[in-house]
Amino acid sequence: MAVLDINEKILDLVQIADIVFWPAVMDVKYRDIENMPDGYIDVCFFNGAIRTEKQEYMAKLLRQKSKTLVAYGTCSYLGGVPGLANLADKQEVFEKVYIQTLSTENPNKVLPRTRTRVPEGELELPDFYDTVKSLDQTVEVDYYVPGCPPATERTLYALEAIVKGELPPKDSVLAPLKSVCDECPRKKGEKKISRIYRLYERVPDPERCFLEQGIICMGPATRGGCGAKCIKANMPCTGCGGPCPGSLEQGAAMISALASILGVETEKEKYAEAEKLIDQIRDPIGTFYMYSLPSSIINRRVTKNVRK
Amino acid sequence: MEQKLEVKKKGEFEPKIIGFLCNWCAYAAADLAGVSRIQYPANIRIIRVMCSGRVDPAFILEAFKNGADGVLVAGCHPGDCHYINGNFKTFRRVTLLKRVLKELGIEPERLRLEWISASEGDKFATVIKEMVEEIKKLGPNPLKVGSKS
Repeated sequence: MAVLDINEKILDLVQIADIVFWPAVMDVKYRDIENMPDGYIDVCFFNGAIRTEKQEYMAKLLRQKSKTLVAYGTCSYLGGVPGLANLADKQEVFEKVYIQTLSTENPNKVLPRTRTRVPEGELELPDFYDTVKSLDQTVEVDYYVPGCPPATERTLYALEAIVKGELPPKDSVLAPLKSVCDECPRKKGEKKISRIYRLYERVPDPERCFLEQGIICMGPATRGGCGAKCIKANMPCTGCGGPCPGSLEQGAAMISALASILGVETEKEKYAEAEKLIDQIRDPIGTFYMYSLPSSIINRRVTKNVRK
Repeated sequence: MEQKLEVKKKGEFEPKIIGFLCNWCAYAAADLAGVSRIQYPANIRIIRVMCSGRVDPAFILEAFKNGADGVLVAGCHPGDCHYINGNFKTFRRVTLLKRVLKELGIEPERLRLEWISASEGDKFATVIKEMVEEIKKLGPNPLKVGSKS
């Protein structure tokens, strides 16, 4: 749906392109896609991460039927926010959702199954996997458009590059190489944080760098190209653009960056103070890996029940 | 100095420990331990870095992902860093990373940060001995165990 952010330009798009599949907007059946010849679709923008059998099936089907497959949005690019489900596995999720939640009445502890017999026949549900995956962990992907959701300018850039035939080499991320800091209008001075504040604890000064005010901003570890919209709305960056090119993973990059500026350095570092400072980070995975856990070096929590 | 050589028992788990040692202090200490013929377990694979502050958290995560049972990061004592403040950053990085490791189901005790000066060859050997024992108790890297299924 973020494609509609291009507003009236959608009318230009439908002049030159025939949209053959768009579940949110058009009533095309999966069977119609299955019946297309391979490579029939010139460009497919695929959004969403993969964790059910149906999502995996659609990823493989659309890969087969498309000449160019673009991972559109951070979920398909990196796993996205749903990727945080990798801190659990199928059993934990099902038990929580269908049995343990306070308002759930399920005395027989019924859990969803992939097959069930009813008088009319057999019903099927897609399987639910333990691990959330990004699109390129499932099929081969040609291009990536980052963002949660992708900024209008990124969608336009991708569409124009496709229409003009000016796409960069395959495997490229269709966004700038620099971090969000490059587009951030705030005044940047000396970075030395003596305390970390959560957003409800102080109203940020709209002119100063968030990090200098003790508010964690993922800007330094996040690819730009979004116009720093969140920052201009007086909210720190949460990292939806994914890692900067060249970094091994976004989470580690931000851990490293934050650790560099945390604390006031004295000759004999006071450990208790440094540890207290770090304890102020309440949710490291949720903060540093909010969008990128499935595509990080260690992509899930180790649990006993994970089926590979 | 009487040192007993431990004979490895067949089938016993031998941890693989990756060590990131800073050139100026910890690596020199390991070197001194070697030259002084101090006995310590052969479980560590040493990687020399110029400063412990060079150790990106991603290196440590990669080590665990590739099956390391433990990771040692060793540098100069605070205040003695050859590059002034590199080891301060190391301390904060490792502390933060331990919290991340815990949430990912990897015991934070597998990652150890030590300050070892160039003259502390015996301390280096002691650290390795302690670490090997501790990791033997913890067992193999949980990421490795999972792939059995």
